[in-house]
Amino acid sequence: MNRAEALFACRCANSERWRTVLRDNAQYGMSPMGMDATHSLFILPRRSEAIMFTDNEKQTVIPPTHATPRYNIKFLPPFSPAFYFAVPAPSSDSKRLVPRLSLSGISKRYPSVVANDNIHLDVMPGEIHAVLGENGAGKSTLMKIIYGAVAPDTGEIRWEGQPVTIAHPAHARALGIGMVFQHFSLFETLTVAENIVLGSAQRWRSDVLRQRITELSQRYGLPLDPDRHIHSMSVGERQRVEIIRCLLQSPRLLIMDEPTSVLTPQAVEKLFETLRLLAAEGCSILYISHKLDEIRALCQRATVLRSGRVSGACVPADESNLSLARMMTGSDLPHPKLHPVMRGEPQLVIDRLNYVPDDPFGTTLTDLSLDVHAGEIVGIAGVSGNGQSELVALLSGEKQLPVAQQHAIQLCDAAAGALDTQARRNLGLAYIPEERLGRGAVPEMTLTENALLTAHRQKLVRGGLIRFAAARRYAQETMTRFGVKAAGTHALASNLSGGNLQKFIIGREVRQNPRVLLAVQPTWGVDVGASAQIRQELIDLRTQGVAVLVLSEELDELFEICDRLAVIAQGRLSPLMNTRETTPETIGLMMAGSFIAAA
Amino acid sequence: MMLRLEPRPEPSRLAVWLSPLVALLATLAIGAAIFAWLGFDPKNALAVFFIKPINSWYGVSELLLKAAPLMLIANGLALGFRANVWNIGAEGQLILGALGATGIALAFDGVEARWLLPLMLICGTVCGIAWAAIPAFLRTRFRANEILTSLMLVYVAGYLLSFLIHGPWRDPEGYNFPQSILFSASALLPTVGAEGRLNISIFFALGVALLCWLFVKKSWLGFQMRVAGLAPTAALYAGIPANRSVWLGLLAGGGCAGLAGACEVTGPLGQLTASVSPGYGFAAIIVAFVGRLHPIGIVFASLLLSLLYLGGEAAQIQLGLPSAITGLFQGALLFLLLGADVFIRYRLRFVFSRLASSDVTPSPEPAPPTLPASHH
Repeated sequence: MNRAEALFACRCANSERWRTVLRDNAQYGMSPMGMDATHSLFILPRRSEAIMFTDNEKQTVIPPTHATPRYNIKFLPPFSPAFYFAVPAPSSDSKRLVPRLSLSGISKRYPSVVANDNIHLDVMPGEIHAVLGENGAGKSTLMKIIYGAVAPDTGEIRWEGQPVTIAHPAHARALGIGMVFQHFSLFETLTVAENIVLGSAQRWRSDVLRQRITELSQRYGLPLDPDRHIHSMSVGERQRVEIIRCLLQSPRLLIMDEPTSVLTPQAVEKLFETLRLLAAEGCSILYISHKLDEIRALCQRATVLRSGRVSGACVPADESNLSLARMMTGSDLPHPKLHPVMRGEPQLVIDRLNYVPDDPFGTTLTDLSLDVHAGEIVGIAGVSGNGQSELVALLSGEKQLPVAQQHAIQLCDAAAGALDTQARRNLGLAYIPEERLGRGAVPEMTLTENALLTAHRQKLVRGGLIRFAAARRYAQETMTRFGVKAAGTHALASNLSGGNLQKFIIGREVRQNPRVLLAVQPTWGVDVGASAQIRQELIDLRTQGVAVLVLSEELDELFEICDRLAVIAQGRLSPLMNTRETTPETIGLMMAGSFIAAA
Repeated sequence: MMLRLEPRPEPSRLAVWLSPLVALLATLAIGAAIFAWLGFDPKNALAVFFIKPINSWYGVSELLLKAAPLMLIANGLALGFRANVWNIGAEGQLILGALGATGIALAFDGVEARWLLPLMLICGTVCGIAWAAIPAFLRTRFRANEILTSLMLVYVAGYLLSFLIHGPWRDPEGYNFPQSILFSASALLPTVGAEGRLNISIFFALGVALLCWLFVKKSWLGFQMRVAGLAPTAALYAGIPANRSVWLGLLAGGGCAGLAGACEVTGPLGQLTASVSPGYGFAAIIVAFVGRLHPIGIVFASLLLSLLYLGGEAAQIQLGLPSAITGLFQGALLFLLLGADVFIRYRLRFVFSRLASSDVTPSPEPAPPTLPASHH
């Protein structure tokens, strides 16, 4: 169902008769009005009025002066040649259209790196356009330029044909550019409507706003109760709040930054329906993702970035994952292989773990049991907020169980539930946290100092004094071995791209020869090349006989690297399943909690 | 045209070091303006305030004498501040240090021995530590905010001093003045130089600055405290005990303040008096920040603040200004420094009609509803 099916009529100049356009184009002979099927562009004679009906109830009259792209209507002089000949051929016609957004020659350089180099990008009205690229390829900088958060050094931005200087995000929003960030900015203790009021530049009357939210959520299939509190919502629902927040501004370009990284497969499908609906109504969408399947399913065109330059433009549907990945990285990706490995003794055992968090918004863990053996990778799938953070805190030692329950977590044959972080690391645990900046690394510190954070036990501290030369060497070796791109060991952690910092953290942990590795969202927000490398590292550890536990929301990843899988939902853990004997669909249903009813 | 503050992509190194200088110059300018307003010749008044006090060896020795406690306390406080431990109660810890040293002096009155002075200094330090341990305990055990508890303990310490000096420790032959007996010669710090009151406490202060520099730059413990201050979650991840930073930060500040208090009574005062500190404990907070929490910066900042004390005294005597003038300069300096610090992370931009020209594009029509989709 899209706008092509809407009833459309127009009244030509000097005529009182309304003519149905779509139902019977032919009756007008030379086809005075046309429609571009791909871009839903209506072309009408100048000085005519258009009207749009739906179900014969709602009518929107569009006077000729409002020849705005909002309605995707373009008024032409009735006898101009373009009018008569351009209409029926959508493909040639789309070239004639004014792009909603057009970037030409955009460059942005930072002191140490050229983030964007001569970028050209056109987004047509109603187009879903993918921006693909590895981490550090310049996607985020480009989006920040479009959203007005960063000013380009050179180049021109045209918005609907007009050159503009987008000074700041509020200006971008005024133009009609909306952005849904990867990380939400919502206050947990407030309701949906309150959050939207807080983030909005305009003043809303409470009842009007709530009505608008309900309207929009119904129209776009984004069920949302304006009075619900954020803390009670899943990540997918929170994303809806962010999308609705953008839609309230009636955007004509919506930027989605890695929108599916936190969604279940079912929720992803829902989101796609919404995006297609929006696009069919003429809203352009810039879709940033590293998930090639999704881009091929959703996007009409793709622009691929590699080290700050456009390395290719393509129609994703015509490409394979392999060819897209090649465009992105410039080389073929190594595909991780799971060779059978002799499974060893259990190294990490969770035995009927129960836990009630101090935080009133936390998730209570109920009766969790799990075992991870040497030489295997066990995955825990689940939508975040289902008890993962509590489980990880208990496993890493950041939260400790009372001594009476210390046997609920056993690490390398020792009761570890009541031990602190240091003691567990001494037993052989390494931990790759979900938040890279702020937890896994101190943003304001150099890589050398960040190496010290956990690797100090690698003889980097002697007699209470830091051996800086040794620490620098450790950092340097980690960077070399794991291909971390940075200005040097003196680079600040906050100046590294997400993928490079993650490689550094993983390197730092792996090089300490752990017996058990706990990895949370190890490839979250990391580009394809780095993801593949990180997964390979995890598999190599498995081969070396390390017990690896991976918590992730990305099913593809878990299916790729895990020997066994469990699902966490509402603080409960499903029984472990062999990865080969299950399917993503089953796991997807379990992520929604299906196994709890069955139990 | 309008002014706008823009975040810098990276903090400016230049501004980090320039900002104290700019703040100092602006303080001088404000000082000059105030002097002019009060009817003094600004040039002359500033000279009285900032130059005359140190144009002789006596002046310099006074400068160093007053800088020593500031340097000592500020370095101790900076250790905590860097770990986000906010000890505001150094003034109270200083008083306790003075009390501890006096207690020993009174107990061994008449004893002439080499061990007396070290014992007094140690006792003073321990008392300062003990006083700082109270907020540390309350923070780690009950999560009580150390800013409040340490500050309130300043007033408790003040009353304790008042009680002792008006009661049990009052010099019976002191004509009812609230002060203790004069300490014996072996309970006094050796002086430095031929004239003046400067004593070896300045070397204590420089030694502590050196130790702090080593601790911050080289030691594993100092590194951990920095992590705890910069990113508490990363500290949790790395298994750095959060409570240890609190204890260390507060006890270091308390110990330094206690030592400074002991040096006051064994140095320039030579007895315990009701006004044992002219607010060194609070001024040291300014010193710590003007010195960028860096041991070497603190050395210079303490000299500056010490000069403000001397200048304030000179202004009282020679210009007949109230003693509040010292506080005014201190306040102005801290205020301007914090203001100047904004420019480390932000820069000022003059924006000409750039907005107006780019605002043309949004469609002039009132926002109409988007096209409804059909429902079949």
